[in-house]
Amino acid sequence: MIEPILTTRDLSKSFGGLVAVNNVTLDFAPGRVHAIIGPNGAGKTTLINLLSGDLPPSGGSITFKGRNITRLPAFEISRIGLGRSYQKTNIFPQFTCFQNCWLGAQSRLETSMKFFRPAAAYAEVHARAERALDLCGLTHRRDLPPAQISHGEQRQLEIGMMLATEPEVFLLDEPLAGMGPQESEAVVRLLNDLARDHTLILIEHDMDAVFAVADLLTVMVDGRVLATGTPEEIRSNAEVQDAYLGSGEGKA
Amino acid sequence: MDLTTFLIQTLNGVQYGFLLFLVASGLTLIFGIMGIINLAHGAFYMLGAYIVYWLMGYTDNLLVAVLLGLPIMLAVGYLIERFAISYLYNRDHLYQVLLTYGLILIFNELQKIFWGTDFYSVPVPSLLGGSVPLTETQVYPVYRLFISLICMAIAAGMYVLIGRTRLGMMIRAGASNREMAQVLGINIGRVFAIVFSLGAALAAFAGMVGAPISSVYPGMGDQILIISFVVVVIGGIGSVKGAFVGAMLIGLVDTFGQVLLPDFASVVVYAVMALVLLWRPQGLFGKA
Amino acid sequence: MSLKTPVTIFLLIAVAGLAAFPHFSDEFYLEFFTHLMVMGIFAMSLDLLIGYTGLVSFGHAAFFGLAGYLLAIVTPQDEAVALWLSLPVCLAGAALAALVIGWFSVRTSGIYFIMITLAFAQMLFYYFNENEALGGSDGIFIFSKPFVGFGDWQIIDLANPTTVYYFVLASLVVCYLLLTVMLRAPFGQVIQAIRANEHRTRALGYDTQRYKLVAFVIAGTMAGFAGYLEAVSTGIVSPGHLHWHNSGLVMMHVILGGMGTLYGPILGAFILGLLHDQVQEVTEHWHLVQGVFVIFVVLFLPRGIAGLVGRLFGRARDLDTEETRVADDDEHKVGAEPNGERTK
Repeated sequence: MIEPILTTRDLSKSFGGLVAVNNVTLDFAPGRVHAIIGPNGAGKTTLINLLSGDLPPSGGSITFKGRNITRLPAFEISRIGLGRSYQKTNIFPQFTCFQNCWLGAQSRLETSMKFFRPAAAYAEVHARAERALDLCGLTHRRDLPPAQISHGEQRQLEIGMMLATEPEVFLLDEPLAGMGPQESEAVVRLLNDLARDHTLILIEHDMDAVFAVADLLTVMVDGRVLATGTPEEIRSNAEVQDAYLGSGEGKA
Repeated sequence: MDLTTFLIQTLNGVQYGFLLFLVASGLTLIFGIMGIINLAHGAFYMLGAYIVYWLMGYTDNLLVAVLLGLPIMLAVGYLIERFAISYLYNRDHLYQVLLTYGLILIFNELQKIFWGTDFYSVPVPSLLGGSVPLTETQVYPVYRLFISLICMAIAAGMYVLIGRTRLGMMIRAGASNREMAQVLGINIGRVFAIVFSLGAALAAFAGMVGAPISSVYPGMGDQILIISFVVVVIGGIGSVKGAFVGAMLIGLVDTFGQVLLPDFASVVVYAVMALVLLWRPQGLFGKA
Repeated sequence: MSLKTPVTIFLLIAVAGLAAFPHFSDEFYLEFFTHLMVMGIFAMSLDLLIGYTGLVSFGHAAFFGLAGYLLAIVTPQDEAVALWLSLPVCLAGAALAALVIGWFSVRTSGIYFIMITLAFAQMLFYYFNENEALGGSDGIFIFSKPFVGFGDWQIIDLANPTTVYYFVLASLVVCYLLLTVMLRAPFGQVIQAIRANEHRTRALGYDTQRYKLVAFVIAGTMAGFAGYLEAVSTGIVSPGHLHWHNSGLVMMHVILGGMGTLYGPILGAFILGLLHDQVQEVTEHWHLVQGVFVIFVVLFLPRGIAGLVGRLFGRARDLDTEETRVADDDEHKVGAEPNGERTK
């Protein structure tokens, strides 16, 4: 068995009395696409928020490449190589698409506490931002502000900003949400490309896309892990069908 | 410091704390419920004091002056909410600060135009003019005790109003979830107008009953505003309970500070604020 | 960016005009314009916080006044102190105060930030107001202007109002250029990102608290520089320099001129200052006019004169995106709240 790159042990998060994530223990193998599926309210986004440091866990631990990162703040987690994208588009509305990617790319500088040399003079940042923009397919929208591109393109930009930070592990929260079929196809292609040399952890409701890209699936219900396995195993798992696929939530 | 001095200073501190609570509770409610930072809140305190001074010229009776003055201040609060504050909902705090700061400038200047820059005193009502003997040589004025009592009654009244009445329910609903409140058919606009007017009247009331002790002077509104900010920051923004604890703390710290550390009296309260913030950046009762 | 060229031309003309001004002016207006330029530096420094980092500080006057008092403290009764010595001391004092106040306040946001900066500034105000050794509420005179030179050789004479005028004008230009450079550098990009969407900036790997603190210290230091110049040019420091009405005034300059532009705050300082000068001739109730004026600006000119100029030049599009930004900001504030715990 390959050493997992990211693991959680008994990870929990409760908001007041509500337990959103309940003792989740998972191993994420490097270089795999690991999708997390489940009905709304299953705790998937909360799990991603715990992994990315957006929320502090109530219990349990997270380990990244052998290092305990449970209490690390979000910016540290991003700096050590876990990038994330948001389900609700979370970009810089008054900057251009390129500037959005630029900010992601600049964050990989040793420090941005630099006060004199113009940002534009940092060639490696420039190159990284251009590459990210190209990968997410927005080169033709380079100098437009997000308000002037389509909703689907804003979703692509959301991914582009994460690409610009050049993470090892991508945490993707519903990357296809609100996209048209053509845009979806392009993003699925991008995910497949990325999957070749990165680890992807993915929440997605679009089952066709999930089965097209995922190597492994984890089904979450009510904050707990119901099952983990290959797409075939999950498809034939009676419990899963009962709890999830059968409930009509899995809009195919 | 002997025991009697200690007792007198404690009573003074509590009494000052109660007055601060009247101002700070309105400030914190207006923020908690309406999302508005109201710099003009201190101006209401000042207006209350000046209105009572002005009315005393006609009636010579503090009770009558207060009873006549309160409706005036409710109306002032209502008009300010309608014609100025209501444009600020959902706008950046920056603009709230600036507009209410503009109101301060206007109120302060109007005060100068009507009443000049002199200090005025308001007589303590004769009925409450006496003193309670503490020891053979030390006495404590009845009027100060009276202020504490009446403020205590108001604090209790607020507790009942917010916790037990329909209006209080609407206020709480509006504070926790504006949209939900609207779905429930609560007229948020009216709740806001009521909260703001009541807050203005509370601050003015503090100025009115405090006038015989503190005298009436230009700039009194600015001073109480900033101390009230300290109270609200310590207590946690939006929390009435926090405002109460913060007001008592600052009332006592300020009073004892002037006795024990006269050179640093005005700085001590801010040091206390810094300490509280070190410990709990969101204030004692603020939500994390 | 279509505005860039006209603005540059306007600024060059303005600087040329200011440079020529002493030849046409009497001493009163010379000193008045010196004061306005000082306020321009002060307002620019606040704009770095309000307009670029998104930090609404209501205690900026603290640093302005503190540096002035430090100059008064280091200047002996009957002797001048070297500029090379006094300026670094005063700037370091302002920077240190900004570091301490900033350390407490950048951990909070929104209304807390406003109240805490205001409260700490008032603390310093009361300290100087009641310190009889420093003149109490009357303030303190600085009898000898800082000496600019080496040994017996004096380069410029700061006791001469015209020299001070040009010294301040040069300072204004240097501050403007320094800020321009800084805002284009990586640091400037990060603080502007923080203003746009702090949550996302943090998620991209920036320690936003640290960047905010550094911005706060830089702005405080520059405000201290303005306060130093004010003390040098007027020869007096009073608690009024630290008073929150001074913080309110400089905030008005920023908004009136147009936050998020560097020339806007300078423009705001000049317009409000000249208006004050004119209104004073007619009525003694300047504050009434000022109050009505600021309410008018908030209600009808929230982007200030720079925003108005932008609209006239047909940049309506940019203004639209500005508006979406404000709406988005609020959402993120709500969304970002759970992180508060983690970033302490």
